Amino acid sequence: MKTENLIAALAADKRKALSPRRALAIALAASVAAACALFFMLLGPRPDFMPAMHTMRFDFKFVAALALAASAAAASARLMRPEGGHPLMVLFAAPALLAIAMALELIAVPASEWGSRLVGHNAVLCMTFIPILSFAPLALVLWALRHGATQTPALTGAVAGLVAGGVGALFYAAHCFDDSPLFVAVWYTIAVAFMAGLGALLGSRLLRW
Amino acid sequence: MSGANHSEGPASGQEAEFASWMRAGLDGDGAAYGRLLEALVPRLRAFARGGLARTGLGNADVEDVVQEILLAVHVKRGTWMRDAAFLPWLNAIARHKLIDVLRRRGRRGETPIDDVAHVLPDDAPAPETAPAELARLVGRLGGRQGQVVAAISLEEASIKDVAQRFAMSEGAVRVTLHRGLRKLASLYREPNG
Repeated sequence: MKTENLIAALAADKRKALSPRRALAIALAASVAAACALFFMLLGPRPDFMPAMHTMRFDFKFVAALALAASAAAASARLMRPEGGHPLMVLFAAPALLAIAMALELIAVPASEWGSRLVGHNAVLCMTFIPILSFAPLALVLWALRHGATQTPALTGAVAGLVAGGVGALFYAAHCFDDSPLFVAVWYTIAVAFMAGLGALLGSRLLRW
Repeated sequence: MSGANHSEGPASGQEAEFASWMRAGLDGDGAAYGRLLEALVPRLRAFARGGLARTGLGNADVEDVVQEILLAVHVKRGTWMRDAAFLPWLNAIARHKLIDVLRRRGRRGETPIDDVAHVLPDDAPAPETAPAELARLVGRLGGRQGQVVAAISLEEASIKDVAQRFAMSEGAVRVTLHRGLRKLASLYREPNG
């Protein structure tokens, strides 16, 4: 086929495709809705949710999860543009917050309690339910990123996993009784890292173009 | 050609024109969009020829690579931000596709690749014989998609003509063309594609 014939066909296709940015916005909104629905079906907030809201450690979990989801979403929006580069500095936001909170916890709590706070009550539940709440968000964000044109499918998939893990953690945090930043830094991080790995694996297949 | 702007190259004068045609194209102006794609072809030819020659693959399939890049530009046009520069975006798409082509041909090495914005447009005429790869992929599309894409490209039939010929609504023809072109762009990457 001659190139001029191809161009005739391309110029005749005037259907607007969904813009990648809009696809990402839709995916984020749907992710929150999906994780929220599943959260209320499977877990629900802990009984002392309202009084717990007055404690800094409980609130911090939401701040960290939100920082993770938002920063990874911002990085995704750049990574999905072919000329967007690798804007990964923003991804240090959540780890930096977590590091500060851990340092404060180590100062505030006697060394004898560090171990029990780190181990917490229900690490297995945490590592099970954060991924369960994150699968639908990961699928939605990957769907949105397929509208983009990333140069780095595995990396972009991993960042999608961070978005999903952040959304999952945001809801799981409302159920979880372990509020110490030491617990969050270990078990939440393992769960989120699992989602990032899964995202990288799926992204390296699904985000090629 | 003066000034400190590092993006300044042989194409810098065309940047504004390309961007305005692209904006018009995204708003549904097929004529402006066709003009843009035609204007890109000499540049993409020089780009593809440079990349293939440097890896020792010769010139035989330059036009195939140009066509694959054009399809990628089309399918991914939504990733261009209206307020962003056009040529860096085009360069990213073209490089991505050229690297893909070289990989499929088994050349994984570090090949220096030109910047599309800085190549001198190739004013050699289009090859006399039409390249074969795209026609083969349209054949693989098959069904209504293959028929619609072939009619609109090879015969330059209008959407209206095609709708009458296949007893479809014009809307259905548009959807079929749109999906067919997307599928076509992805067929390049399939094994035995």
